[in-house]
Amino acid sequence: MSDETITIEVDGKPVEAKQGEMVIEVTDRIAAYVPRFCYHPKLSVAANCRMCLVEVEKAPKPLPACATPVADGMKVFTRSPYAIAAQKATMEFLLINHPLDCPICDQGGECELQDLAMGYGRDISRFTERKRVVKDKDIGPLVSTDMTRCIHCTRCVRFGEEVTGQQQLGTTERGEDMKIGTFVETAVDHELSANIIDLCPVGALNNKPYRYSARAWEMTQRATVSPHDCAGSNMYAHVLRGTVKRIVPRENESINETWIADRDRFSYEAIYSGDRLAGPQIKEGGDWRSASWDEALGKAAEILSAAGSNSGFLLSPSATVEEGHLTVRLAEHLGSANVDHRVRRRDFSDQDNDPPFPYLGTAIADIEAQDAILLVGSSIRREVPILAHRVRKAALAGAEVSIAAASPEEYFFDVANELSGSGLVGLLSGAVVAAAKGRELPPSVADLCEGVEPTAAQSAVAESLGQAERGLVLLGNVAGRHGAYSAVRALSAALAELTGVALGTLSEGANSAGLSLVGALPHRDKGGGRREAAGLDAAAQLESRLDASVLLNVEPEADLSATGDAGGKLAGHGFVIALTPFDSEALRESADLMLPVGTFAETSGTFVNVAGTVQRFEGIANPVGEARPAWKVLRVLGNLVDAPDFDYVTSDDVYAEVAAVLEDAPADNSYGGQAAVARPNGEDAPAAEIDVALYSVDSVVRRARALQLTPEARRVAGDTGK
Amino acid sequence: MSSPAELSDHVREEIDRWKARFPEDRQRSAVIAALHAAQHENQGFLTQELMDGVAGYLGLQPIQVYEVATFYSMFQTRPVGRNDVAICTNVSCMLRGADDIVAHVEKKLGIKLGESTEDGRIFLKQEEECLAACCGAPMMMVNHVYHENLTPERVDEILDGLE
Repeated sequence: MSDETITIEVDGKPVEAKQGEMVIEVTDRIAAYVPRFCYHPKLSVAANCRMCLVEVEKAPKPLPACATPVADGMKVFTRSPYAIAAQKATMEFLLINHPLDCPICDQGGECELQDLAMGYGRDISRFTERKRVVKDKDIGPLVSTDMTRCIHCTRCVRFGEEVTGQQQLGTTERGEDMKIGTFVETAVDHELSANIIDLCPVGALNNKPYRYSARAWEMTQRATVSPHDCAGSNMYAHVLRGTVKRIVPRENESINETWIADRDRFSYEAIYSGDRLAGPQIKEGGDWRSASWDEALGKAAEILSAAGSNSGFLLSPSATVEEGHLTVRLAEHLGSANVDHRVRRRDFSDQDNDPPFPYLGTAIADIEAQDAILLVGSSIRREVPILAHRVRKAALAGAEVSIAAASPEEYFFDVANELSGSGLVGLLSGAVVAAAKGRELPPSVADLCEGVEPTAAQSAVAESLGQAERGLVLLGNVAGRHGAYSAVRALSAALAELTGVALGTLSEGANSAGLSLVGALPHRDKGGGRREAAGLDAAAQLESRLDASVLLNVEPEADLSATGDAGGKLAGHGFVIALTPFDSEALRESADLMLPVGTFAETSGTFVNVAGTVQRFEGIANPVGEARPAWKVLRVLGNLVDAPDFDYVTSDDVYAEVAAVLEDAPADNSYGGQAAVARPNGEDAPAAEIDVALYSVDSVVRRARALQLTPEARRVAGDTGK
Repeated sequence: MSSPAELSDHVREEIDRWKARFPEDRQRSAVIAALHAAQHENQGFLTQELMDGVAGYLGLQPIQVYEVATFYSMFQTRPVGRNDVAICTNVSCMLRGADDIVAHVEKKLGIKLGESTEDGRIFLKQEEECLAACCGAPMMMVNHVYHENLTPERVDEILDGLE
């Protein structure tokens, strides 16, 4: 597309347009609305619904605005009698086979067909023949189907082919028998699949868990942010009398565009799961009993005061900034630096060289603009589905995307080079040697690379990164949990440095960046300053015997999977206080006191995403049972242990204390380590890698019913024999 | 889920021959020819396994092959009779009595258009359109062979001669 600007006339007004644009892009820009069903700005042009017909001067018939390129001097009429007549005629045909079941259709009230039928439909149908009926399909636990309502716009088909790359829906048969479906009964199985619910302009594809539970006009729309991955997708919650009924995407071009992952869309079900901890619980003599908040908090404060510096705090990487900050302040008051949110990390030996916060190395939208990307130890489709989509877009635009992973997942684009078959340290050291081309290696990795001969694939990776004008070496979560992460990171940094590309990190949870910046770390304080005496990291806390251990939304077996027998080790601590939204057997085994706190939906807070973007959000739902926002529980604990200046009234007051360090955080992932990094010492075995499944990533997702019924979740359950 | 069928050497050769006619990144264009080849070796119909095999060989998603196979009337996606009988019912043939021929055949075989005889001998194809033999109307195509200037007697003779 050239940048040449031309002038066309829309409804008598001159408008500037770019050569090669379609008419509908121009009319959309100046808000001259042209009705449409099949056109979608993120998908290819199909021009099969014919609803966007407009009049174009000198054209012998009405033209579809979505598929008509602009031309200099073109005169377009969107509202002329000729155009309206064409649109009305199209509408009449679309309604021929569409059932009149709006009163029982979930799409009713927010239906593009219903809306446009109001404007362009006839009062009475002239069609007296039988309407066709199409059998519904079962395409999985997330999307319900009423295929008789389908108007064959093919948005869902194009979404599969173009956005996910895994086309599972298609148009089969022809003419009157044409239908959208999978042909063979199969569940649509992709981490972004449920976006077809939003794309469907009619009620053919709908939200299955939400089905028949509310009406669009009864609900209130509240903005929120995804708590499940480091992208921080923007979402709206649709809330009925304080209860979240469904989640839909909130458009943000710089983060999630118009999509959200299925994990973000359906995790809300866990808010109302039967596992919610209804009220505070205390273990006495091995038996659990209910307690009042006063009693439970009093007990917690007493234990913490007594434990003093021999206390430890483990936070979920999806804890909010406010929760992190208050935890750090509470710990500091007790004289403890044993605070950590890196609950799945195993190798902390080089933590002093960690960046101020784990940074992506580029803006999210700029992933698409890279020429070469190397994914190091990342199941990116499971870790951050929204970013996996950006990587795929980069690959489709011509970027060479290479993978270094012991067991690579399936990608729906051409992978340039695949390094696999051994541990990450082995795979990367060859690439580093190849990239050095005989130059001296950085001191951190010289020892690791000694005597290594690069393979052809490793040389190809180095070559591809070296030639890239914009390149990225991206460390994934599998790498972050690697037993020799220090070596993996130093090698990745050396590779990035030698090839002149950026180094990026995908962090765990929604807020690793924010928690790092507020000092929820044993070795750094708020703003990244070095603590005088470093506390115990997550793994060391489990290994030692603390008098008091506080867990914030951390479940022993599932979240502390990096350490074997985490539950047993916790049980060996003097007293374990769990701030948790959910009750579980594992917690009952290892904890001594459980305090019910809200999920992401029931608290206000702040997340900082992997690109350093600070996103604040309000609570969207009424608290369940006696649950309280975790930051309020921490504040009361602070008051009870007589910590000074702990009288925050709102989460804004908490945020104000850390705003500066978050908003001015240096986005810098450069590796400053000069000392030689230790050899992996047998920690580099592929079998020892920890890959967390898509729908097991945190306590909320693990309890989302529909997600647990997906083929992906069932495959994982089958694999582990659970 | 059934696993994709292994295509025969002949089918693969045939697909390769067609693939060579299209630009490098347009392998999808060979899907019709590939389905023809696969169907021909499988008594005139496609199974899901065969379609999956074609998808795998051409690097397509299975649904992309199902779309094509279900769209065109020359592909059958469920088992049909051994002999493929297609009676043209387009204008020229219709004017020359194709409808009577169809009625005669349906009565003789006891099946409707689109069905197969119970013994699996004959498949009567759904609505065949013009096969470009109007000069010999009415006509039908039996196993890719044209038979023109049909009369009920001639049709009986042809059908009775099928194995």
